[in-house]
Amino acid sequence: MTLNRLLVAKPWLWSFAATIIVWVVTILFTGGASSFGLSQAALTFAAFSVIVGIGQMFVITLGPGNIDLSVPATMTLSGTLALKLMDVQDGMIVVGLLASIGIGLVIGIGNYALIKALRIPPIIATLSMSFIVQSVAIWSNRGLRIKPPETLANFAISGLFGIPNIALVALILSIIAWVLLEKSIYGRWISAIGQSTFAARMAGIPVDGTRLVTYMLCAVLASVCGYLLASFSGGAALNMGSEYLLMSIAVVVIGGTAVAGGNSNIPGIWGASLFMFLVVSMLNTYGFGAGFRLILTGLIIIAVILLAGGRQSLR
Amino acid sequence: MKISSSTVRLIIPAASLVLLLAAVFYMQPRAMSYTGLNLLFNLAVPIALATIAQMLIMSVNDLDLSMGTFVSFCACVSATFLQSSPALGILIFLGAIAAYALIGVVINIRDLPSIVVTLGMSFVWGGLAVLILPSPGGTAPTWARWLMTAKPPLVPMAIVASILIAAVTHYIVMRSSFGVLIRGVGGNDRSVERAGWSVLGLRAATYALAGFFAILAGIALVGLTTSADANIALRYTLLSIAGVILGGGQFVGGKVSPIGAVIGALTLTLAGSFLSFMRISPDWQIGAQGAILIVVLALRLALNRLEKREKSQ
Repeated sequence: MTLNRLLVAKPWLWSFAATIIVWVVTILFTGGASSFGLSQAALTFAAFSVIVGIGQMFVITLGPGNIDLSVPATMTLSGTLALKLMDVQDGMIVVGLLASIGIGLVIGIGNYALIKALRIPPIIATLSMSFIVQSVAIWSNRGLRIKPPETLANFAISGLFGIPNIALVALILSIIAWVLLEKSIYGRWISAIGQSTFAARMAGIPVDGTRLVTYMLCAVLASVCGYLLASFSGGAALNMGSEYLLMSIAVVVIGGTAVAGGNSNIPGIWGASLFMFLVVSMLNTYGFGAGFRLILTGLIIIAVILLAGGRQSLR
Repeated sequence: MKISSSTVRLIIPAASLVLLLAAVFYMQPRAMSYTGLNLLFNLAVPIALATIAQMLIMSVNDLDLSMGTFVSFCACVSATFLQSSPALGILIFLGAIAAYALIGVVINIRDLPSIVVTLGMSFVWGGLAVLILPSPGGTAPTWARWLMTAKPPLVPMAIVASILIAAVTHYIVMRSSFGVLIRGVGGNDRSVERAGWSVLGLRAATYALAGFFAILAGIALVGLTTSADANIALRYTLLSIAGVILGGGQFVGGKVSPIGAVIGALTLTLAGSFLSFMRISPDWQIGAQGAILIVVLALRLALNRLEKREKSQ
């Protein structure tokens, strides 16, 4: 009974339980030989999903219909332009980071301008925006593969006390996001808007300002993630963001954030991101082909949703 | 003269299609012919069918993020099983329709968000498509090829097919009692339930029907391209959603328009041709498509405001 209540109160425990099961199953197959390497890889790749997932979570918390489809295009553009600007010089690392944050700010403002001024549903507004952003990325990339500055590349692929630096960055960002969400007035505002925009407006919450900031935050996190991913993988590629569209939505939902808005949680995103990476590597370890791997990934996602969805009826 | 509000909602998408068509004709007068129109709208048929499928799902307040992978899967089945052993192909399609109905049942019973379930399903369909056709290939069934390349007198096949699709789905969704019920589920599922109908059954039937139209989209696509691959229709997910919205449909409330959805799909297809006539560099093609989407929706907003102002006077 107490366990039941704990699971209802802390929905993110589900995703962590699933993660641990998948980790153990994978390690069992390899006989424990690769447990350290697997954990390292999982932390690194999960970190990228966590960063974009947090942004997407803030947007989804705003309520039904709110979603940011421009995440992949933003990542690509930010990675491309930042590497181009830094031009392999170590001294430009900070400038590059600032530039990518700036790109995120501009895209976020653009997204919300379309949503607000033209009253386009967010899903279509961010989609149209992503087309334009993608075009700019194609135009500026021109098939060149510029390497990241050496210090930055070393930072991205190394770690501290066995924990990858990327994971540490994601952890710091998660803590900031958690404070924003749970302890600041802004976090209360977005939850209130997600539960009832009308009631929030009546209560005097600056609805438009809050939504604008949220879309900007999501775009900035996506562009920072693009900057880090490009540094990690040794260069920007035009399709580098594509898998993060579905990933950013999937980790938010599997992590236990209500899709209807108004209720979100950050630990769940970590659990879900680790889980998503480990499922794929587990299926790889067991030697499944690409087709079976995709089918099983899909079925596992649906199974997790079915299990986790049950807790809402417990309430 | 009194015009119903549903007609007004249709005028705007129709006007933007005519405007875009006029621009294309102005830039390339040779497009104003039988062959020209056929080339312009050829690829619109599968997109229109997929848009109708998406519209059905949206009419019960859900969203199908697996549309693109599902149409790809159907295209792969059409180019392989349906061509070599039609009975097996039809059996697979019946199974796929049953799977769609099952998704509807699961979403309804557990009250799950449709975007997440269909997101999971998109992996499943994608995986199945890769299993069927690991590399691009297959052959279109001869009848599908014949149907898509048929040359009826006076009006090109693409236009005939679009009108046919619009008419049939308009009848199903707007005129039949089944259509009223599914839009009722989108509008207020509780009152439909209280009136004695089974929302579970209605949702399952809507999903099955959507699956059926998506299958037709897959067959039509293979009829045009003659072969298939596992990623052939991935962009249909977003295209179909954009098509419904362009056609005046809404995400919630059961407010959809089949004729509008077909017009929306035609507009999106035409936007692609328009850009190639403009000789825009390939770098900017996608971006310009986004810009056209924004312009058309802005136009709609302006016209909506105009309509409101007239009403208040």
